[in-house]
Amino acid sequence: MAANARVRISDWSREDRRSFFTGMAFISPWLLGFLGFTLIPLFLSLYYSLTRYNLIQDPVFIGLDNYIFMVTKDPRFVTVATNTLYYVALSVPISIAFAFVIANLLNTKILGRSFFRGIIYIPSIVPAICTAMVWLLLLNIQYGAINGMLQALGLKAIPFLSNPSLSKPTLVMIAAWASGGTMVVFLAALQDVPRSLYEAAIVDGANAWQRFWNVTIPMCSPVILFNMIIGLIGAFQEFTMPWLLTGGGPAASTELYSLHLYRNAFQNLRMGYASSLAWVQFIVIVVFTILLFRTSGRWVYYGGEK
Amino acid sequence: MSAATTPSGPVEYANVTQSKIIHILSEVLKYFILIVLAFSFFFPLYWMIISALKNDPQVYTIPPVLFPNPMFWSNFREAWLNTGFDFNMMAVNSIFRYCLPVTFGTVLMSTVVAYGFSRVKWPGRNILFYVCMGTMMMPWQVTMVPLFIIYKNLGWTNSYWPLVVPSFFGGAYFIFLLRQFMMTIPEELSDAARIDGANELGILFQIILPLMTPALTVVALFRWLGAWNDYLGPLIYLNRADLYPLALGVNMLRVAVSSTGTQANTYPYLMAVSTVIAMPILILFFFAQRTFIEGISLTGIKG
Repeated sequence: MAANARVRISDWSREDRRSFFTGMAFISPWLLGFLGFTLIPLFLSLYYSLTRYNLIQDPVFIGLDNYIFMVTKDPRFVTVATNTLYYVALSVPISIAFAFVIANLLNTKILGRSFFRGIIYIPSIVPAICTAMVWLLLLNIQYGAINGMLQALGLKAIPFLSNPSLSKPTLVMIAAWASGGTMVVFLAALQDVPRSLYEAAIVDGANAWQRFWNVTIPMCSPVILFNMIIGLIGAFQEFTMPWLLTGGGPAASTELYSLHLYRNAFQNLRMGYASSLAWVQFIVIVVFTILLFRTSGRWVYYGGEK
Repeated sequence: MSAATTPSGPVEYANVTQSKIIHILSEVLKYFILIVLAFSFFFPLYWMIISALKNDPQVYTIPPVLFPNPMFWSNFREAWLNTGFDFNMMAVNSIFRYCLPVTFGTVLMSTVVAYGFSRVKWPGRNILFYVCMGTMMMPWQVTMVPLFIIYKNLGWTNSYWPLVVPSFFGGAYFIFLLRQFMMTIPEELSDAARIDGANELGILFQIILPLMTPALTVVALFRWLGAWNDYLGPLIYLNRADLYPLALGVNMLRVAVSSTGTQANTYPYLMAVSTVIAMPILILFFFAQRTFIEGISLTGIKG
């Protein structure tokens, strides 16, 4: 795209050609992997999405029937789509705001910063299976530590995982608890904000709150955008936590899109239908990412760099 | 926090004491919030470890037992050896059949690819690099079905091949990390070696690689962690208990104990096994905190 003059290989100098083959040789593992594990499967998946395929019989081409079935007949589709949008809309902003606030707190002059940073980061690297098991125990309605304490104080137990209207917020809470990685990225970005900007703001009479809104947020906005995109993509694909914690229940309230897709593929062996679900998910993620990028012109500050 | 200073005798003095009080109050509030946060972030992990040391009465007591007495250290041995699941085998699977080969493949091949994307100038490099970065945005679900079918036809299901082989083609995220790091190494080093007649592969392994230790550690650490924590990959491809990695083993134990519902020490055993699996990560973090933090910071800033 960038260098139209170089599009035709015959125009290249010997030097160009040599370096091209050297460069290609080095990246060839990735290129082969990209073809074999990404590009070809991507098109195969598009093809399977137009078929009925149960792994045993050969795929049968059925045109757009899978997609039509999805929006008109699949009894779960509306539920899982709503659940997923709800989960994304709640967990991405909450995790990011939470991580950003904590990072700001840790970026002030404090004793034991690396201790606090470590404590808050650790939950994000502990295996999901372990955190799922311990949250099951913690949130248990009868003898979980949290409800146990509430009951000991004479309060009513909270049905975190057994009430359909609380189960998704509970998942969001656990996601925020495990958002330490985002916090560390924010903290690194905050430490890169030039001190001179704050000093200039103080000279201009800006108070702490004004400095936060007019210096910190604009200077960190590229990283906020980056984390929003990563968070968005991750939240749309969330699988392990609801799978282990609730198995999609109660009353399908945590049956997220990926769970539905997994069930169709590997429990019902409807490979064709699962592929069409995956393509819809892919397109939705791409659309949301593009939308986020297009709003970014209004609120992301890139300074003068690069 | 720092109040505006007006240069006039007694008023200034009053302002200073007032701002000092506000300062102290805000400091106290800050540490209070931080301690509450640290406590609530750590509490679940504390609960995992402490519940592994309880017996059933201690688990089911209200109010909850914050510090059990006596502690049942034997839970660890019983959970690991006597619950009917071969956790030793699963540990071997996790370490030798999954984490180790995947980490080796990713580190080696991502380094080679990152070299091609940073230290060799060639036409078309940037376009392909953007394609490589773009693959990170693709949901795994969109290639899940065809890949499963391909691996099934290759006879690779119920083996670690589908989980390990792709890592030998590099990983986009790690290629990105290593490329960013390689860009910071001065070009003169390579040029000098080129004049001495070294080829590119020689330059990579003899000159660049020795300078890459911090970045390679980050990649190895994160990739190991990814495989150690992976639940979905093994769930899709492995259907035999003797092949399971630890993550699937814990869930197997949980399903077994919750379906019978009569076994003693259900939760302590589950927590004991979870603790054993989480412990290497916690210990690793304790010793390599800097590497973790620097590695994760590297991603965000350059992104």
